[in-house]
Amino acid sequence: MQRYSSVAIALHWLIAVLIVGTFTLGLVMTDIPGLTPTKLRYFSWHKWAGVTVLALAALRLLWRLRSRPPAYPAHMPAWQRHAAHSLHGLLYLLMFAVPLSGYFYSLAAGVPVVYFGLFPLPVLIEADAALKPTLGALHYWLNMLLAALVALHVLAAFKHLLFDRDGVMQRMLPFSK
Amino acid sequence: MKSLRILLAAALLAGTAAHAAPLKTDLAKSSVSATFKQMNVPVEARFKTFAAQIDYDAAKPEASKAMVDIGTASMDLGDAEYNREVAKKEWFNTAQFPKATFVSTSIKPAGAGKLAVAGKLTIKGKTADVTFPLTVKADGKQQVFEGQLPIKRLAFNIGEGEWKDTSMVADEVVIKFRVTAGQ
Repeated sequence: MQRYSSVAIALHWLIAVLIVGTFTLGLVMTDIPGLTPTKLRYFSWHKWAGVTVLALAALRLLWRLRSRPPAYPAHMPAWQRHAAHSLHGLLYLLMFAVPLSGYFYSLAAGVPVVYFGLFPLPVLIEADAALKPTLGALHYWLNMLLAALVALHVLAAFKHLLFDRDGVMQRMLPFSK
Repeated sequence: MKSLRILLAAALLAGTAAHAAPLKTDLAKSSVSATFKQMNVPVEARFKTFAAQIDYDAAKPEASKAMVDIGTASMDLGDAEYNREVAKKEWFNTAQFPKATFVSTSIKPAGAGKLAVAGKLTIKGKTADVTFPLTVKADGKQQVFEGQLPIKRLAFNIGEGEWKDTSMVADEVVIKFRVTAGQ
């Protein structure tokens, strides 16, 4: 079975690891009560990681547009192809929407993002106390939606590996032939 | 502290008798903020409660006096939880030190529309001599005084214990103010 290109595989796994890490860090840091240096450090790391996801997602989208992914196996029913396409589309959308909602949440809170503490990123909106809670809630729920869709994506991959045994999952694994 | 305040007020009043009446501060057109860097991210905190008393006569600038009182508990970082945290002992200790004050010791003309100000800045019970340039310009019947004063937060014990780490919160804090006042 034809595999994804090595660039596509590298971007998929790099983004996957970053998303899991950034998501977990987000839950941990917001659970720390009050104000501590650790909490502020985690917030900064979370934002840097989120911006990295956004940049890699943009690269990945560009790559996806010029290098088509391998075709699905012929035996896959049409509804499954549609389901897979829709899910991938939503995941792409959220790879942008989740970091962007967090970015604007931070700006609304009056805290611009300085990437790795070195590069100040554009301040696109002014601090806005009224908008802040809305963007906070949006960022949270987009994350929960992303978590649910990632779970579905992983379950589907394992379904192909364990039940269909059609090599669909192997197309994206880094070290299989 | 209280007797000092009364003394200062008396001094101000005495000054008033000798010169022009102190200007009336227009709080709606005045602001005091502190900008600092947290992991290199510029963060601006505004003080919602402050009082400024400026005795300024353009004809006799060297006779000017200024006194500013800032309510430390009114610091607004844009987040209610953080505002409660910075009121605590390691930061402003607002229970024990509810006010930060500035009292001028000398104001000298320094070119058109500019004054060189020296005075005593007291934050969290610590007093330091500070000097900073001040611009003054007329806005209708009012005068607008604007200036910036960089300070070192650790000199005033702002951020104790683990917060002394300046890689987390930089030592330098820039106090920015704009006071609009008129007769």
